[in-house]
Amino acid sequence: MKAFAYVNPANEKEAVAALRDAGVAMPIGGGQDILARMKDYITAPDRLVNIKNALDATITPVAGGLRIGAAVKIVDLAENAQVSRLYPNISAAAIEVGTPQIRNQGTVGGNINQRPRCWYFKNEEFLCYKKGGNRCFAPAGENQYHAIFGNDGPSHIVHPSSLAVPFLAYGAKFRVVSASGEREVAAANFFTLPTLQNVLKENVLADDELLTHVILPAPGTARHGHYEVRYKESHDWPLAFATVILKMSGQTISSASVVLGAVAPIPWRSEEAERALVGKTLSEATAAAAGEAAVRGAAPLSRNGYKVQVTKTAVKRAVMRAAGLRTV
Amino acid sequence: MASKDEKPDKPERFSVSRRDFLKSAGVTGIAAGVVGGAAELDAQTGAAARVLGPGDVPVQLTVNGRRIDLRIEPRVTLLDAMRQRADLTGNKRVCDRGTCGACTMIVDGRSVYSCSTLAIEVQGKQVRTVEGLVSANGTMHPVQQAFCDQDAMMCGFCTPGFVMATVALLEKNRNPTEAQVRKGLDGNICRCGTFVRVLEAAMKSRGVARA
Repeated sequence: MKAFAYVNPANEKEAVAALRDAGVAMPIGGGQDILARMKDYITAPDRLVNIKNALDATITPVAGGLRIGAAVKIVDLAENAQVSRLYPNISAAAIEVGTPQIRNQGTVGGNINQRPRCWYFKNEEFLCYKKGGNRCFAPAGENQYHAIFGNDGPSHIVHPSSLAVPFLAYGAKFRVVSASGEREVAAANFFTLPTLQNVLKENVLADDELLTHVILPAPGTARHGHYEVRYKESHDWPLAFATVILKMSGQTISSASVVLGAVAPIPWRSEEAERALVGKTLSEATAAAAGEAAVRGAAPLSRNGYKVQVTKTAVKRAVMRAAGLRTV
Repeated sequence: MASKDEKPDKPERFSVSRRDFLKSAGVTGIAAGVVGGAAELDAQTGAAARVLGPGDVPVQLTVNGRRIDLRIEPRVTLLDAMRQRADLTGNKRVCDRGTCGACTMIVDGRSVYSCSTLAIEVQGKQVRTVEGLVSANGTMHPVQQAFCDQDAMMCGFCTPGFVMATVALLEKNRNPTEAQVRKGLDGNICRCGTFVRVLEAAMKSRGVARA
């Protein structure tokens, strides 16, 4: 990898200052994504700014919800009792991230801000849109793990973050700081569908900004279901997954939040599936209908049509888990 | 860098250049927290954090309980620092991308991919490599012994990483179920495919692992 200067700030202020005025400066959390990219010269910063001592690494109760520091390790998120009590889908996603070693090193902020896992993006030889080139190699190439929603282009990646999906479903806000101040961005507005103007990034975070916290509102009384489908049981990305949160009025679903992962360039909210659930009672038929509704608008590429079925099943089983029904 | 406790309240500022400072101060024996280059100053806030590198900087590590002083660039990984600078070649460099586990070391009690960890970032932490498992009188760690007893290797290149991952797993959970062992070791790959024997070795080591 290219040689770089290293800065180890002690707080947010020092961190955002260190991100400015240094050629290309980038934050490093657990480093599980960026170091591999740097070794392959996909990313070549002049300076790395360690955020692990600068940003909050705690999970704190706030207003019935939780405030999760960006420097929290994924293992600590996965094993946190408050998170599993209030937001079981976040625990379910966290425990499946990568491997024990990756969860021991990787941070919440790094998981949200990691770059695409597309093999064309990660290969130095392919100058794609996301590396400043003028094409996406997926449509005419090996696209079996690429998007089946949000496929208007120019890029056809799937968003790599597993945690982003339940964060969005639970209505999280992200706190963002820069040298000029701070702002809160709803998770629903944070991730960006690709355009020719924004394709070099996957979200609205500016180069001199840091995501410092995930702020989760009180979950209320709800039923939660999360289901991921993989080729392998270990060390693998999900082919597709779904996170479902249901609020009940008696036996009837009064509101539903359904967000799909690994199917689109952003965590993909399925309003179709949500509409199919509201007003219904909990049953396998309701779950199956939600699965059907979720994939009605799917637009797969040449080699990933199978993901439509996988997604349908993931939604159905996530709903069944939320309903307390047995899945195979 | 240095652990939080060692950090000075106020960042120090140097008027001398990094080169001159290093020349006059020498290399070894400098506390990691006060070594560095020109301060990065923010005009409005006064916030500053030292910029280290991109050239060699002093890095002080604690490996298997022993202090190791190195001069390396910030880009050097923990794995390469151990293998190429500290003569600790037990843990192997295979994929160098955090996908195989052969480089697994234990840092502050947790397994990590040392190929995907910067050496400069584990200063102030306790690093354990596979060399640190053997006791002073030469007795193998129970996990190492179990790998031998179960013949849990073919070519053996993944073994140091598997052993370290197993030790980390058993120190966290003394009596895991088979499912927990499978999950706990799923960050390591054996290309020869000796997974059944590795699983047997890990199951056999339950309850006997020592720190």
